Amino acid sequence: MTYVLIIISAIFVNNIVLSQFLGICPFLGVSKRISTAIGMTGAVTFVMVIATIVTYLVQKLILDPYSIGYLQTISFILIIAALVQLVEIILKKVSPPLYQALGVFLPLITTNCAILGVAIMTILKDYNLIKAVVFSASTAVGFGLALVLFAGIREQLDLVDLPKGMKGTPIALIVAGLLALAFMGFAGLA
Amino acid sequence: MNNLKTFTNGLIKENPIFTLLLGMCPTLGVTSSATNGLGMGLATAFVLIMSNLVVALIKNLIPDKVRIPSFIVVIATFVTIVEMTMQAYVPSLFESLGLFIPLIVVNCIVLGRAEAFASKNNPISSILDGAGMGIGFTLGLVILGATREFLGSGKIFNANIYPEDFGMLVFVLAPGAFIALGFLIAIINKMKQTA
Amino acid sequence: MAKTESSLKNMFLTLLVIALIAGTSLGFVYKFTKEPIEASKLAKQQMAIKKVLPEYDNDPASEIYELKSQEGYVLKAFPAKRNGELVGVAIETITKKGFSGEIKIMVGLQPDGTIINYDVLEHKETPGLGSKMAFWFRPADNSAEKNNNEKNSFFKWLYGIKDGGGGNRSIIGKNPGKSNMKVSKDGGDIDAITAATISSRAFLDAISIAYVTYTNEKNKTNAKTGASKQIKEGGNNE
Repeated sequence: MTYVLIIISAIFVNNIVLSQFLGICPFLGVSKRISTAIGMTGAVTFVMVIATIVTYLVQKLILDPYSIGYLQTISFILIIAALVQLVEIILKKVSPPLYQALGVFLPLITTNCAILGVAIMTILKDYNLIKAVVFSASTAVGFGLALVLFAGIREQLDLVDLPKGMKGTPIALIVAGLLALAFMGFAGLA
Repeated sequence: MNNLKTFTNGLIKENPIFTLLLGMCPTLGVTSSATNGLGMGLATAFVLIMSNLVVALIKNLIPDKVRIPSFIVVIATFVTIVEMTMQAYVPSLFESLGLFIPLIVVNCIVLGRAEAFASKNNPISSILDGAGMGIGFTLGLVILGATREFLGSGKIFNANIYPEDFGMLVFVLAPGAFIALGFLIAIINKMKQTA
Repeated sequence: MAKTESSLKNMFLTLLVIALIAGTSLGFVYKFTKEPIEASKLAKQQMAIKKVLPEYDNDPASEIYELKSQEGYVLKAFPAKRNGELVGVAIETITKKGFSGEIKIMVGLQPDGTIINYDVLEHKETPGLGSKMAFWFRPADNSAEKNNNEKNSFFKWLYGIKDGGGGNRSIIGKNPGKSNMKVSKDGGDIDAITAATISSRAFLDAISIAYVTYTNEKNKTNAKTGASKQIKEGGNNE
């Protein structure tokens, strides 16, 4: 039951992009085409789950026992940066097709605050390892859902006749606002 | 003269929020009030200035291939310093900014300026660039925060302008952040076109 | 100065040195800010305790004890004494039924369970709706709201809004054992916050958790020690 709650809450109620404001940069940056949005989602899911597991272990096995919690930010961001590099190298060797699909997005992920945000939130919420994995995976699904929905709308926006000042980012932001408004309907669900 | 230009560059022409569209997450996340925006802006400005300075000082000592990780360590150090200082001396602000303070690390502006400006320029102009960008960022956050606070709860910097009950609550909530920023950028675009 | 070469040794050394410097400087800052951080956390707790309790002359924070609620939450209790006699208990209570997650409230109870005052410590409710619980459940003349109402009179006139006339909102001075601490929608005695019934339910839930846990614990210890001390029937004199 708790797991169902975590999943629903992470995907809909506390959607990482539309209500937590994390991962906005890729949300605005790579949402012009549905295909790129899907590629980005794949890369984010992959890195987010691995990063959450590794940072969780580091927190519980190194930072907590030695009470050096103040090194959390610095160690987490380094782990994520290193992890992204590692994933890139391994993917290149092991699965070239997957690398081709996700490769261009990987470097962008280091500065995706959703990854660091989820890693820190997992610690704040005091989850156990299984819950942490479920939480990070469903957060990534929520990210993907928002991204794909948004990309679909943006593809249509190209065809719309808009006032000059509204073109591009402004209308995209307003559309995102309306999406967020729709997602508010999920509040209270969990 | 050139230094002055470096400084004002970040304020208006390359304002990180309204023109470069960098650092969107804290921009949208913490601007439910002007005070929060100001606090977040100043914290980011401090990190920007200090990391720009340090990066400019040590740029020649760092081998190219480990450039990015080194910059990240420098930035993360200053972010943690800000985090602990805020927690100690302005706990209420620390609580309302919450998760977004550690997330200054991944704010694209900070790493972006370190990489694009400080790693190529001398310490003095790097500081000025950091200050300009930082103040420009703060300015953007305060404008957005004040707009949302005014429309949403009838206040600016916590001072009542009109009764709270008549505010459009949506502007304080998540969707209002997107919508308000969208319209602000549209207005700025419009002004640029006519000017 | 020439740029350092990207040899493996150089890269390794640079990162090591930078990490060392960063770690040490953070260690120093941590040492300096550790005390103020703890002090400010403590000050917040002290202020909340002071707000919800009558005058006392002991240090409630040093006599803290823990209570376990039926729901499995661990509540902190801070007993306040004057001249050695118990005058009230501040209980840090919690509920997970909020509109968007946990709500933490410090509530002050008289020894018989009558509510003295409360202070919302932590919540994630919607600003402007659920967040009103910080003052909603107090008597109207006790809050900033009345002041606000006077200021709003022009706008109320302009929009043709009539005052609802207070209603039955306050929980102060009520005893959850004697009055029905539920929102009026659920057949209780308390009016919910306008447009925030779920938050109001959660708020009252947290308060009754504190009350039930406290009285259960008290009855248990009373039974154990066999104390025949009569619990004073406290009136609503706060």
